[in-house]
Amino acid sequence: MQALAVALTLVAMIVATIFLTVAKVWWFAPLASNWGSLDTLIVITFAVTGLALVGVNLFIAYSVYYHRAQKGRKALFFVDNPRLEWGLIAATTVGIVVLLGPGLYYYAQLIRPPQNHMVVEVLTQQWLWSYRYPGKDGILGPASIKRFTPANQFGLDTQAQASQDDVPVLGGPLTLPVGQPVLLRMRSNDVLHSFYVPQFRVKWDIVPGMVTELWFTPTKTGEFQVICAELCGVGHYSMVGKVVVMEPQAFQKWLSERPTVAQIFGPSPKAQR
Amino acid sequence: MPQVEERGGLGGTRDRGGRGSGGGGGDPGAPGAFPLPTAKLGAWILLGVVTVIFSALVSAYLVRMGLPDWKSSPKPGLLCFNTAVLACSSLFFQRAAWAARKGEARGVRTGVRLGGVLGVLFILGQLLAWGQLQSLGFRVSSNPSSSFFYLITALHGLHLAGGLVAWAVVSARPTPLRIELCTLYWHFLLAVWAVLYGLLLLT
Amino acid sequence: MAHHSPGYHDHYVGPEPRSWWTRYVFCQDHKVIGIQYALTALFVGAVGMVLSWGMRLQLGFPGQFSFIDPSRYYQAVTQHGMIMVIYLLTAFLLGTFGNLLIPLMLGARDMAFPFVNMLSYWVYLLSVLVLLASFFVPGGPTGGGWTLYPPQTVLKGTPGSDLGIVLMLVSLILFIIGFTMGGLNYVTTVLQLRTKGMTLMRMPLAVWGIFVATILALLAFPALFVGCVMMLLDRLAGSSFFIPTIVQFGQLQPHEGGSPLLFQHLFWYFGHPEVYIVILPAMGVISEIIAVHARKPIFGYPMMVLSILVIGALSFVVWAHHMYTSGMNPYFGFLFAVTTLIVAIPSAVKVFNWVLTLWRGNIHLTTPMLFAIGFLNTFLIGGLTGLFLGNVVLDFPLQDTYFVVAHFHMVMGVAAIVAIFAGIYHWFPKVTGRMMNETQGKIHFWVTFVGTYAIFLPMHYIGLTGVPRRYYDFNNLQFVPESVHSLERFVTVVALIVGAAQLLFAYNLVHSIFWGKRSGQNPWQAATLEWVAPTPAPHGNWGAVPPPVVYRWPYDYSVPGEAEDFIPQNRPTLQAQSAGGGGGE
Repeated sequence: MQALAVALTLVAMIVATIFLTVAKVWWFAPLASNWGSLDTLIVITFAVTGLALVGVNLFIAYSVYYHRAQKGRKALFFVDNPRLEWGLIAATTVGIVVLLGPGLYYYAQLIRPPQNHMVVEVLTQQWLWSYRYPGKDGILGPASIKRFTPANQFGLDTQAQASQDDVPVLGGPLTLPVGQPVLLRMRSNDVLHSFYVPQFRVKWDIVPGMVTELWFTPTKTGEFQVICAELCGVGHYSMVGKVVVMEPQAFQKWLSERPTVAQIFGPSPKAQR
Repeated sequence: MPQVEERGGLGGTRDRGGRGSGGGGGDPGAPGAFPLPTAKLGAWILLGVVTVIFSALVSAYLVRMGLPDWKSSPKPGLLCFNTAVLACSSLFFQRAAWAARKGEARGVRTGVRLGGVLGVLFILGQLLAWGQLQSLGFRVSSNPSSSFFYLITALHGLHLAGGLVAWAVVSARPTPLRIELCTLYWHFLLAVWAVLYGLLLLT
Repeated sequence: MAHHSPGYHDHYVGPEPRSWWTRYVFCQDHKVIGIQYALTALFVGAVGMVLSWGMRLQLGFPGQFSFIDPSRYYQAVTQHGMIMVIYLLTAFLLGTFGNLLIPLMLGARDMAFPFVNMLSYWVYLLSVLVLLASFFVPGGPTGGGWTLYPPQTVLKGTPGSDLGIVLMLVSLILFIIGFTMGGLNYVTTVLQLRTKGMTLMRMPLAVWGIFVATILALLAFPALFVGCVMMLLDRLAGSSFFIPTIVQFGQLQPHEGGSPLLFQHLFWYFGHPEVYIVILPAMGVISEIIAVHARKPIFGYPMMVLSILVIGALSFVVWAHHMYTSGMNPYFGFLFAVTTLIVAIPSAVKVFNWVLTLWRGNIHLTTPMLFAIGFLNTFLIGGLTGLFLGNVVLDFPLQDTYFVVAHFHMVMGVAAIVAIFAGIYHWFPKVTGRMMNETQGKIHFWVTFVGTYAIFLPMHYIGLTGVPRRYYDFNNLQFVPESVHSLERFVTVVALIVGAAQLLFAYNLVHSIFWGKRSGQNPWQAATLEWVAPTPAPHGNWGAVPPPVVYRWPYDYSVPGEAEDFIPQNRPTLQAQSAGGGGGE
């Protein structure tokens, strides 16, 4: 009786897993970036691993039920079969190659931003998301944590020419034009954080003392949330920011209405003289 | 088709590489499955673990050295003298080990005693070097290379201090095996120190 | 020195216990030390379980239990992880099974260095006490996550960053020292003290698993040791190994130039082998139990040994797969994805061989066997989800979500703890001479197995929706569907039920020690040597006779033409008998 219960439980578990996967009751948030390939690869991976899961569990269920202990029966003295073993190893290897091939191909894309990207700087601190846009010249002015003051949280060199038209946005929102590849250059003032927008699929850690990079192309307009995905202290769960993706014209208008560094700190003394 | 091995009777065992004899009892000085005393094998494994500790430390040192804010900090000249002391300490232990092999009780006693005393002297010398560095204004927090200096010397010194506990046992009841193991450990710590000191001097 | 017959001299036995004090407390007998490890580990494990209830209550019923504030939540998360991985799983699988099984299964009288072995336990106990002390210091234990990533763990803004983290690091350093003492014993004993005839390729797979796991631990723990000492200096002496220039809450911190990633590399250089340090002994234990209770030789023994060795070797070249999104050089991702997915091959070999061992067996569904089947299932699921996370590009959507939480709980949490339960039910009669209650054991199995499945299967899908781990509360995350909150409540309720089932286990354990059915010497009719020794085994294990001599591999079950369905390892073969060398017994 117990053997039947074990076998049926294993079958029930397989059915539950397949149902949850196929019915997509709980699934990814709707895609809003160019990384649809990751969703495809997840489905492929579910298929390959699902095959192994179903196969092995059914085999266990079968063996447990049909080869349960019976009086007078003796188990088969079956110790070795190199051909079978190497066959299974070959099958596993094939499965791995099927997963690894597209995986590495997409990964190569993920770490190489396209030429026409725009740059936005992300600055994190406990527990706030801030951004800086390079302005018309397309160049982010130099910044260093050593210049930090409460008024200048980005540590900007307010004198530098490249900084003058930069647009700092303390506390967000991150505003992006739809259809435009964007490269985030990310810095942290204090501890580790991680930039993660579930609808964009990708995430990358932000490490103090380093600049890390992440690229994607938003493909849907609307409002999203950026959440911190690396435990960053007691306020970690509240480190949620707003992301707005808009049409390119609306984005240009929004950007032009934001104060630039020159407007915030006054024109640099060099320019005055 | 799975092949089924059909072998009957008492010989139904399926065995690979059964060479019919494994280890066996014996006193710690007698060889077990490996042709060396068990205590010695244990000592070698311990040395392996300590090697991994110092390798991890050295890799961390090299990685940290590659970062832009690395500055070299001065090395007290006393270290040179300390190194000589440790080398002599090691030599005395070696002398004791040779004496033990020949059964010369007096040679054993002087070798072990002087070796241990020089070990203590080395630790005192290292502490003195710390004092010198501090008076030059280099503390643990001053810069990464001085942090590493204190860390490396402290870890090495602690391992030697652990060796001195073993030394106390050996001097209380010396046996040839114990003296040999103590000597082995001393040579090992000397070699580790040589590598670490070289690394500190070069960077 | 020892009490057995003169002429058979071996000194690998600690002094004969003469008083209560040396028999039960400062005892050098490997069996007593194993039990001491077991009781301590189970006790801290219970603490870890209670901490998980705190987390689950908050996640299932956010805000309804006011004593769980964010600080306490993060402390519970951190301590639950650390306690379970290090102080329960590592300590139990190596400390308990290593101590109990190695000498008995290899026909030794004790460990190679009984005194050092005893010290190992006491240093472990000290590390546990230091860890528990951190719950009572101002600020409480550290809440920086079990990975202890700097700089946050040592800075304000993280709970327990003043004293908690110091005690945590000290406790880990002590644990590593204590473990090294034990590990020296396990390796040396396996290499040197095997009885006559016990060649390496006649060792039971449990010993193989523990042996290789110990070697991994001896090579991996030093990296954590160095990392902990360096972080301690950063915290206490103001050095800058891991902390760059930082402005926190508007204050410039007195550090400069350190590298947070350096710690992550040291941590995971230890942390990944740690997964195998836990799972290899578990695999070994499961191999024993499946063979015994299916009355069938383990399938492909040489391949099983080889896969243990390959997994062990590969475990040192995959660590950075925990750091795909960490900001390390992204080109490492290619290398580590390949090595990581290669680990799937030896792991799959093990699963296939266990399953083929079940096939056409004579399967007795005893409690240990049920748990062993539970292990196969949970290890399989956890291993397969590893193929998602190891395939570098898929780690980008899934890293730091509940998918990861579900993955590692299945593959090294539930799988390892289920193997521990299987081992306890299996070897309990060896230790006490009594059986554990089967009915209670089966209730314990069903609630635990179905319950953990109900907890962790949905968690994968919660992760797919994007819910990040280590969130005290995610009510303000708009992408999380309402139904996930109901699912969280369901998971919490199941977790509490599974917790209650562990109380039944504790009752069964304690009750059976005193009132369990007498087991006899070899209740499962197993072929390995530990069942040849008297039950319970005396000090020195084999009594006045010499240790048994081994003539065959450990899995001679259901040999054709035999009256009984097992042949103990010490029964001579025909050749040995005809050669007149039948001695030993």
